[in-house]
Amino acid sequence: MAVAEKYEKKIESADLPKKTKDQLHTFLDGKEINDTQFKQILDRVLKEYLSTRIEACEAVGVIAAQSIGEPGTQMTMRTFHYAGVAEINVTLGLPRLIEIMDARKEPSTPTMTVYLEPEYCNDRDRAREVSWQIEAAPLHEFGDITTDMENMQVIVHLNTKVCDKRKISPAVIMETAPKKIRDRRHYRDFEHEIKDETATIFFSPKNKESYQNLFQLAEHVKYVIVQGIDDILRVVVRKETGEYILYTEGSNIKDVFDVVGVDTTRTRTNNISEIASVLGIEAARNAIIHEAVSTLNEQGILVDVRHIMLVADMMCMEGEVKQIGRHGIAGEKESVLSRAAFEVTVNHLLDAAVANEVDELSGVTENVIVGQPIQLGTGDVKLIAVRQQDN
Amino acid sequence: MPSPKRIGQIEFGLLSPKEIREMSVRKIIWADTYDDDGFPYPQGLMDLNLGVIDPGLRCKTCDQKASECPGHFGHIELAKPVIHVGYTRLIRKLLRVTCRSCGRVLLSPDEIEKVVGTEDDQTGELLSEKDVKKERICPHCGDQQLKINFEKPTTFSEVMVEEGKKVEHKLTPADIRARMEKIPNEDLIPLGINPDVARPEWTILTVLPVPPVTMRPSIILENGQRSEDDLTHKLVDIIRINQRFKENQDAGAPQLIIEDLWELLQYHVTTYLDNEVAGCPPARHRSGRPLKTLSQRLKGKDGRFRGSLSGKRVNFSSRTVISPDPNLSVSQVGVPRAVANEMTIPVRVTTHNIEELKQIVRNGPLRPDVNAPCGANYVIRPDNRRLRLADGNLDTVADLIEPGYTVERQLRDGDVVLFNRQPSLHRMSIMAHRVKVMEGRTFRLNPAVCPPYNADFDGDEMNMHVPQTEEARAEATILLSVHENILSPRFGGPIIGGIHDHVSGIFMLTHGTRWFTKEEALYLLRYARVEHMPPPGKVDDGIQYWSNKQIFSMILPDQLNMVFHASSCQNCDTCKKEMCERDAYVRIIDGILESGTIDKKAIGAFDGQIVNRIIRHYSMRRAADFIDDLTKISIRAIMFDGFSFGIDDEDLSKTEYGQIDEVLKSAASDVTRRIKIYEDGQLEPMPGRTVEETLEMQIMQVLGKARDQTGQIAGRHLGLGNSAVVMAVSGARGSMLNLTQMAGCIGQQSVRGERIVRGYDDRTLPHFRKGDRGSDAHGFIAHSYKGGLNPTEFFFHAIGGREGLVDTAVRTSQSGYLQRRMINALQDLKVAYDGTVRSTGGRIIQFQYGEDSTDPTKSAFGDPVDVKGIVESILKEEV
Repeated sequence: MAVAEKYEKKIESADLPKKTKDQLHTFLDGKEINDTQFKQILDRVLKEYLSTRIEACEAVGVIAAQSIGEPGTQMTMRTFHYAGVAEINVTLGLPRLIEIMDARKEPSTPTMTVYLEPEYCNDRDRAREVSWQIEAAPLHEFGDITTDMENMQVIVHLNTKVCDKRKISPAVIMETAPKKIRDRRHYRDFEHEIKDETATIFFSPKNKESYQNLFQLAEHVKYVIVQGIDDILRVVVRKETGEYILYTEGSNIKDVFDVVGVDTTRTRTNNISEIASVLGIEAARNAIIHEAVSTLNEQGILVDVRHIMLVADMMCMEGEVKQIGRHGIAGEKESVLSRAAFEVTVNHLLDAAVANEVDELSGVTENVIVGQPIQLGTGDVKLIAVRQQDN
Repeated sequence: MPSPKRIGQIEFGLLSPKEIREMSVRKIIWADTYDDDGFPYPQGLMDLNLGVIDPGLRCKTCDQKASECPGHFGHIELAKPVIHVGYTRLIRKLLRVTCRSCGRVLLSPDEIEKVVGTEDDQTGELLSEKDVKKERICPHCGDQQLKINFEKPTTFSEVMVEEGKKVEHKLTPADIRARMEKIPNEDLIPLGINPDVARPEWTILTVLPVPPVTMRPSIILENGQRSEDDLTHKLVDIIRINQRFKENQDAGAPQLIIEDLWELLQYHVTTYLDNEVAGCPPARHRSGRPLKTLSQRLKGKDGRFRGSLSGKRVNFSSRTVISPDPNLSVSQVGVPRAVANEMTIPVRVTTHNIEELKQIVRNGPLRPDVNAPCGANYVIRPDNRRLRLADGNLDTVADLIEPGYTVERQLRDGDVVLFNRQPSLHRMSIMAHRVKVMEGRTFRLNPAVCPPYNADFDGDEMNMHVPQTEEARAEATILLSVHENILSPRFGGPIIGGIHDHVSGIFMLTHGTRWFTKEEALYLLRYARVEHMPPPGKVDDGIQYWSNKQIFSMILPDQLNMVFHASSCQNCDTCKKEMCERDAYVRIIDGILESGTIDKKAIGAFDGQIVNRIIRHYSMRRAADFIDDLTKISIRAIMFDGFSFGIDDEDLSKTEYGQIDEVLKSAASDVTRRIKIYEDGQLEPMPGRTVEETLEMQIMQVLGKARDQTGQIAGRHLGLGNSAVVMAVSGARGSMLNLTQMAGCIGQQSVRGERIVRGYDDRTLPHFRKGDRGSDAHGFIAHSYKGGLNPTEFFFHAIGGREGLVDTAVRTSQSGYLQRRMINALQDLKVAYDGTVRSTGGRIIQFQYGEDSTDPTKSAFGDPVDVKGIVESILKEEV
């Protein structure tokens, strides 16, 4: 470090956040400064740090909502955009922001960014290997499928070369294919027979009366997923910042984490509710922040993270991801008047009457409704100057 | 004065029939309203006991006049009970979970405990229909239960099995009421019903409250006819049917007729409560318009809650068109004399101000011109009587005044007012300005405050509010002043700063080196608050000259040190610093602009670096003063040279036109070549794309590149002598793309990010062959705005333009709703005194605001401390 040691110590012992200390280091690096200058700098930094503390009673919630909502009008509406990877569509702009705040179970375009472990991330072929374990591959990609109408059967002849290339043994395919047809595709009216020597599977419908059954079976056989993860329709391998990264269409973080070679510490998905159920609520909170920030940044809109943090904390407060709106935070408020003033007015009032609810009038809307000062900002200060009484 | 009463809490409950009768002042039995003389019928719907709406009459209950009487409820005794539509779901639930003979909940105490939990350990869950299995036997009396069918809107029936057949047996409201009465109080609590305030039988109405007439005033039309309120109409219907029902009942009419009338009564009561119930045709007015009944009054955007209770109307406000005035300070607002004469501020008369106020009263309500002292419109006597000031009584009233009186004085220069433009999307949409009374009929404001309001002058209107109390004025000045709101809480940077001509003007003034004589320099600086001229930069032939940078430096604070790159910076690999040929390296040392051009990056709204630095190192006030000076100097600067743009500014020379033609021709042939490859089936698709998509992407790329090339060719010809280039380079308005489209080529029009493909069968317009994939046939416009479009191009341009309009329309409604939801979810949050973020109910949301307690407004674009700025200003060099 080029910052002189005596200054170094003073910076470290100062009551400042890490970011500010780091900035002091970088900006003073290699500069010739004398003691008075350093003292001046440090004093001004400390003074400014104290002056940027948030004040009590500040209505931070409204400010956060306005800061995110106000630039909403500047965002594009176009749902589809090509984010980084030309091959994979991702919802961006206002629709994506609404999606995040709605806490949807499934985003309209689920995608994952899969990072690989060091042994895999530098080699295209090895990266490809991992991608095969992830990308859902239907049976017809592994061999020839013929429909034998005479004997009422569907014959699958596996191509061992393809299997070798895709690092999957024919035996595994032969075992999983019929099982998957039964379990995942819910089609059970067939029998199958495996011939290991020729790597061939014969499927025949239980009901041999109609050709329709045969053709239906053929469809199932053709498209049954025998390798990879069912939800992940497509995987694109790209080299970025010196390593190979997989981008996927579709998301299933739980199964992807089980694949060998996946760096579970960096891999991420844009499906927030999936993160909440697999990794927990804190991870979901971070995911909301990350998704919202990157949506806004992509549109070139500057919004302080602190606002987004507050929204994310509000959404995750109860231990599960709650929607911003009628079915989430706004609909579960304590105050009857506040809920009635938001949406579905009449029902809230009727239900409140039966349950004998009591509105304590602590929130903003309630006090606006009854015409009283609200408990925020200057309205929250209870200090009163008592004038000396004249005798 | 007694201290204002505070409402502590509001409790909700049902009205019992007993309570309804007790609060009623009159039993209503007649459906008629007024007799032939226009006098209300006693015991009619407009009974004088229910309150009065006609001026002159007095309420028979409280003996007050129409303006004071709040109105009183009456009641109607219903011939037979009817169901309250709002509670059909509750009734269904209760019928299904309770026994039909003993009224107990169909669960044993253990089963209830399983759902609700013990008294000490409650699960927070309530019993629901799902907890009770269908058609079970009552655990208390052993009676067999029946299935309850519910048909919207208000029909309930039991399904009985008779002789092996299922028979639906209708339950009358009276039957249901009887069953409800049987449910014991203890059993209601686990169902989420508090029997003290809401016995379930009260959801079946036997008495109907009649709202006071003040709630449903009749209006007298121009022809003298009375037009009744929708609620009155509905009540008339109810009373009529109720009367008929009673008569038939007393006369012993057949069961069938009674049932029909009962149903009719149920229908009228249902629509009286809610006229939008599913499965129930809405009651209509004679004209065919559905009636607005009780629910409709509460619901929706213009309903009681959102329209009247959350959104309140105010006095002391005004609204008019806005127009710009760069000679005003940013913290001022120009108020038309007509507005200033109408709007008042109450001033209490004391021994200290009595003489001044007497003079104001003598001035009267008509201010002859903007420089005349303000007058007053009203004087309020200590007994709260208002005296209107008119020409005749000025002196008499002035002599009357003594301490204890209040004078409502007109607005005058320097008064604090709130200024607002809708939509109020953030807190800077309402700011406090100082009044400057002006001639004319518009509000005037400095164009530099347009960005926070998002205002322009194409006919925008704005509102002004005059705070009436000392507290309100204090809050307005301390918290809402324009200079307190230069920094946006969204990102911690300035959102007030120079726009448009300010940027162009200051760019033209500070670009390169220019010299001004004393007269010229004074012309530029005339309206800025500069007190001393620095020594001249050079003296030629005995004439003193000041440089352009010197002139700008005069409005900078003395000790300002900063170094940054202007927006015209091209981000070269190695910065040439002071030698930059674009003069984009801005260096300000000790308040002197040493090099560089001042443009959007330095003083613009949203990214004004100098403004930002002045706020942090000096004060908000100083920054506001700087913006004031800047707007004045920059407008003078742009007037000094003149700034205009004409059709010939888009002209290029012959060589450029030739080059542009060539670029477009080669692009067209490149497109044809690619189409040929595709048609021959030789095109290799990109991974994850079809062949068609690949071709489309390639064509878009080729044409996009071609347009950019024409732009570069045009840009070579157009230099800083061109006004559009000045605007684009300085960041004032527009970009080089706009210039490209004017002079070079407009380029590809698109719908949903793709070339235009819709239209006729296999083609966009009948001007093209079917299946033509060429550039012209799918919306590529090879001409420029200057050159003019051919008809097909013009049509494609309109298509592309329409998409933008639709987009904006959809977006505003969507983002508006998002913001409403977010505000509703977050509005109760505040920072507590211990630094945590809590809701007003006391729940903790964050233990430390933003994880570091930094106020985003005061932060330096998110950083707790602007270290770079501090180091820069002390070391006086770039860091």
